[in-house]
Amino acid sequence: MVYAISLWIALYATWLLLSGFYTPFLMGLGAVSCAVVVFIARRMDVIDHEAVPIQLGWRILTYWPWLIVEIFKANIDVTRRVLSPSLPISPTMIKVKTAQRSDLAKVIYANSITLTPGTVSVDVHEDEITVHAISAEGAADIAEGTMNRKAAAVEGA
Amino acid sequence: MAVAIDILSWALLLSGGFFVVVGGIGVLRLPDLYTRMHAAGVTDTGGAALILIGLMLQAGFTLITVKLLLILLFLWFTSPTASYALANSALFDGVKPLLQKRGADDEDEG
Repeated sequence: MVYAISLWIALYATWLLLSGFYTPFLMGLGAVSCAVVVFIARRMDVIDHEAVPIQLGWRILTYWPWLIVEIFKANIDVTRRVLSPSLPISPTMIKVKTAQRSDLAKVIYANSITLTPGTVSVDVHEDEITVHAISAEGAADIAEGTMNRKAAAVEGA
Repeated sequence: MAVAIDILSWALLLSGGFFVVVGGIGVLRLPDLYTRMHAAGVTDTGGAALILIGLMLQAGFTLITVKLLLILLFLWFTSPTASYALANSALFDGVKPLLQKRGADDEDEG
């Protein structure tokens, strides 16, 4: 029930921000539409801790700024490699053990790896992620595991 | 004040454009599918983010800024998933990554 209500709030907030209509009639229609969507989603049995990950709470909000900084550092690193005449790349494949327990947190970790340029997760199986890195240094950063621990911290104790 | 925001906005737009071009150059220069995906990543993380933030500064405190923020959010949620699908299917289809190749010259291709 908590998940259903959270989904309705998220949907309605998105609707309000995207529509820009604030007359009572239209706002009422928006509220009803969101309620119908939540009802259908309930019948489809897709409302759970993965569809509406409210259990992540504020922890995801501390993770995102850190991730954004990492993304920009990685962007600059890949840009330097691409533009330098000698093309200093050393493509590397490594496997890392995930420190996360839930599937959701593993997805967060794998997507974070892909989102930072220079590293792409090419395969996720059980608790092992295969990562392709553009440089041995990038692979070493992943193996060192800072992002792994931060993504594990997102799912909480 | 308006001029300062304009200058900042244009600096962001231009550096965003720079990252997009770098992504394009990277796709051309890099040797195989997997390394090219890294270059494409520069376009849709750094390039897209800086351009959208530059546009947000142009829009100011309006609903348009919120919509641009949502575009960035959805882009950053979906593009790694698409990249994963591409890389994973390439791997399963037997595309072998070139490993530990240094230098631009292709002396040991294949």
